[in-house]
Amino acid sequence: MDLARTEVTGRAARAGNAARLGLMAVPVAFFAVFFAYPVAAIVARGLGSDGGWRFGRLWDVAAQSDIRHVLWFTTWQALASTALTLLVALPAAYVFARLEFPGKQVLRAVVTVPFVLPTVVVGTAFLALVGRGGLLDDLWGVRLDTTVWAILLAHVFFNYAVVVRTVGGLWSQLDPRQEEAARMLGASRLTAWRTVTLPALGPAVAAATLMVFLFTFTSFGVVQILGGPTFSTLEVEIYRQTSEIFDLSTAAVLTIVQFLAVGAILAVHARTVRRRESALRLVDASVTARRPRGAGQWALLAGVLGTIAVLLVLPLAVLAQRSLDAPGFAYYRALTSDDGNVFLVPPIDAIGNSLEYAVTATAIAVAVGGLAAASLTRRDAGRLVRGFDALLMLPLGVSAVTVGFGFLIALDEPPLDLRGTWILVPLAQALVGIPFVVRTMLPVLRAVDQRLREAAAVLGASPWRVWREVDLPMVWRALLVAAGFAFAVSLGEFGATVFIARPDNPTLPVAVARLLGRAGELNYGQAMALSTILMVVCVVALLVLERLRTDRTGEL
Amino acid sequence: MHTRTFVAAAVGLGLVTLSACGSSDDDGSAAESKTVTLVSHDSWAVSKNVLADFEKSSGYQVKVLKDGDAGQAVNKAILTKDNPQGDVFFGVDNTLLSRALDNGLFQSYEAKGADQVLPAYRADQKKHRVTPVDTGDICVNYDKAYFSAHKLTPPASFDDLLKPAYKNLLVTENAATSSPGLGFLLGTAAEYGDDGWADYWKKLKANGVKVVDGWEQAYNEEFSGSAGGKKAGADRPLVVSYASSPPAEVIYGDPKPATAPTGVSTGTCFRQVEYAGLLSNAANPEGGKALLDFLLTKEFQQDMPLNMFVYPVREGAAVPAEFTKYGPQAEDPETLDPAKIADNRDDWVKSWTSLVLK
Repeated sequence: MDLARTEVTGRAARAGNAARLGLMAVPVAFFAVFFAYPVAAIVARGLGSDGGWRFGRLWDVAAQSDIRHVLWFTTWQALASTALTLLVALPAAYVFARLEFPGKQVLRAVVTVPFVLPTVVVGTAFLALVGRGGLLDDLWGVRLDTTVWAILLAHVFFNYAVVVRTVGGLWSQLDPRQEEAARMLGASRLTAWRTVTLPALGPAVAAATLMVFLFTFTSFGVVQILGGPTFSTLEVEIYRQTSEIFDLSTAAVLTIVQFLAVGAILAVHARTVRRRESALRLVDASVTARRPRGAGQWALLAGVLGTIAVLLVLPLAVLAQRSLDAPGFAYYRALTSDDGNVFLVPPIDAIGNSLEYAVTATAIAVAVGGLAAASLTRRDAGRLVRGFDALLMLPLGVSAVTVGFGFLIALDEPPLDLRGTWILVPLAQALVGIPFVVRTMLPVLRAVDQRLREAAAVLGASPWRVWREVDLPMVWRALLVAAGFAFAVSLGEFGATVFIARPDNPTLPVAVARLLGRAGELNYGQAMALSTILMVVCVVALLVLERLRTDRTGEL
Repeated sequence: MHTRTFVAAAVGLGLVTLSACGSSDDDGSAAESKTVTLVSHDSWAVSKNVLADFEKSSGYQVKVLKDGDAGQAVNKAILTKDNPQGDVFFGVDNTLLSRALDNGLFQSYEAKGADQVLPAYRADQKKHRVTPVDTGDICVNYDKAYFSAHKLTPPASFDDLLKPAYKNLLVTENAATSSPGLGFLLGTAAEYGDDGWADYWKKLKANGVKVVDGWEQAYNEEFSGSAGGKKAGADRPLVVSYASSPPAEVIYGDPKPATAPTGVSTGTCFRQVEYAGLLSNAANPEGGKALLDFLLTKEFQQDMPLNMFVYPVREGAAVPAEFTKYGPQAEDPETLDPAKIADNRDDWVKSWTSLVLK
């Protein structure tokens, strides 16, 4: 009996390995063609000269004190921003996971809004908090604009949702009875949390930390707008060298430096996560949240809601208020008028364009990212697979301008002459979305008890059927969260979109930027109105996703 | 069941999209003789009916590709010059012209109507690689309300900006990242010469000039005369912007004001000229030539100002009434030879950065 069983599982495992490699093929091909090749092409163009290579440039550039200064600033502001974000957002992850309160779903969507708003708009909104005449100025006469504090706070504002969603998503599915059992056995509340919940959350916290660090390490718009021209990150410097100064060799060196730095971060992350992940008992999120009990929980809830109100909602409300700051919704009415100026289409059409791009980008990101996550599920996979895991994160560490310029010189010949076609925009957006899909799905996929899969295999299920019957029902929620993230990211994506030549169908962020680029009250007002619409579209999209989930909880 | 169908559909859609993009490669070049492609920057705009007239009379379909801001668009065009994205490039200005010419971006073609271009705007007269299309001035704008409330005369010249009366009033853009910022720097270089401009900026810094990264922040956040600035409580009544900004404030006013709320310090202007050219290795040179001819027609030249907020370069092309009424064009703007700009631009920007920002 035992022998037969071993043989069956062994065969299933081998079939599984083959299947996994097959699954990896699509994402690997995708990344090779749409990421590695274009980036390599633009870096090679910067470092190559008449058949030779100018690796000496590496040293020349790295030796400049300006560049070292940029690298130092990039690193410390990213560390500080990440620490601050975790400090502010982890309590919120708990509150959203474990406490039940009215308006929770809407609020969860609202905190995600900053993440999808283009920085050019958020800069404006955030100044209302920290700038002249802002809340802090009114209350205490404190102005933080053009200080590093504005950058750090804005990073918290942007990345709050990353922590709330990534950590909170897993937290809400942890079985609270395990912690309760520990307490029953005499552990203090803190000990129970430290020994039961915290280790279980480890991978999700690590994933969130990694993403926030990557985002802040490669921060671009926030640093440019709120920090003023005196602060510069590697990303900003790469943009200036590529786009303004047209010194491709310096840009190439900086790209390599950023690449190495991001690679090192990913390697450290891979190491720490591998030690921590374990199979978890996951339960339906809807049964784990309770109404707050006791002064502690109420205080925590109040604290989190207060922080959200000041740090996240206030800047967004300023945008909305400015969009309404004209009699009779004049700015909104102006959006629908086709006056032949600025746009060849009424700005309102940008909504449709944005949705089309975002849906396509989400489909690509979910397909490619989902396959990648499925192929990476087994924790005991080899070095190759782990390397692939890290590779998937690299797009977050490479400047959008590098990718945009790379597309231009790499995808310029049949059968891949995609220049000037609309598909480039969702492809570039998907590159940014895929890491979210992978990082959101992987912790949950890995938490699925391997024995369930083995049991299914023993009962004769094919690998595909195992995945469909065992994995899919359990990761369904993570898949939706991932899709929501990918959708929201592509909706607000600005970088890659502006760096890619495209036919004239502006997305919302592009339309906003174009309106802000012109003098005149109506242009400014329409920019505010479109930004407000972008916020609303985002909230609605996220709410629909959440609704989809709760309607289907019966399947879990 | 529904959930699984949804996932399957999503995954399927993704794969279909992927394979679709793999097979749509020849879309761009298929109907090449009938399609002419214009590559430009994000500010390109033309009235629909004007473009339709051209398409009808010439028989060409115009495809427009927008490729980032002016600097990016030029850099990308240079990067792809061996296998260009289109036939005509529009939007290289005099500050970047030599970068485009030295890199062999354009081939010679003298557009019909080139002899109608006002002499001041003509360039590359021997080889005719570029066709001037529009012009505009980068100037200090002032908030009229502020100056009348403080009973102060607005500054009229570069020298005026150094006066104590205007301390902490001016906001400008980073010359390294912003085209008006660079224009203003070049204006001072033209006014004070190679040896004098750095000294001017030292004094300007001492007089409290504020530098932000882009025009959007300077104008919408810091300048008290703009709609955004008013809402944000901005406190800088002087900003480096365009001579066409006051007309825009009127045209896009809500309701339209009787006079422009902002004015132009006409002694602080630097003149920009934008050019178009037929790209080397263009797939459809004949269509490109027709398109260049079109850019110089009276119809396009007169349509252009209200679309892109620039002035025509063609003799006798009418300027819209709003422009003449609300925004006087500078009579004697600063200009610099494109070759001189090419030789010095990067060094100037570098010195300016360490002088003003550090």
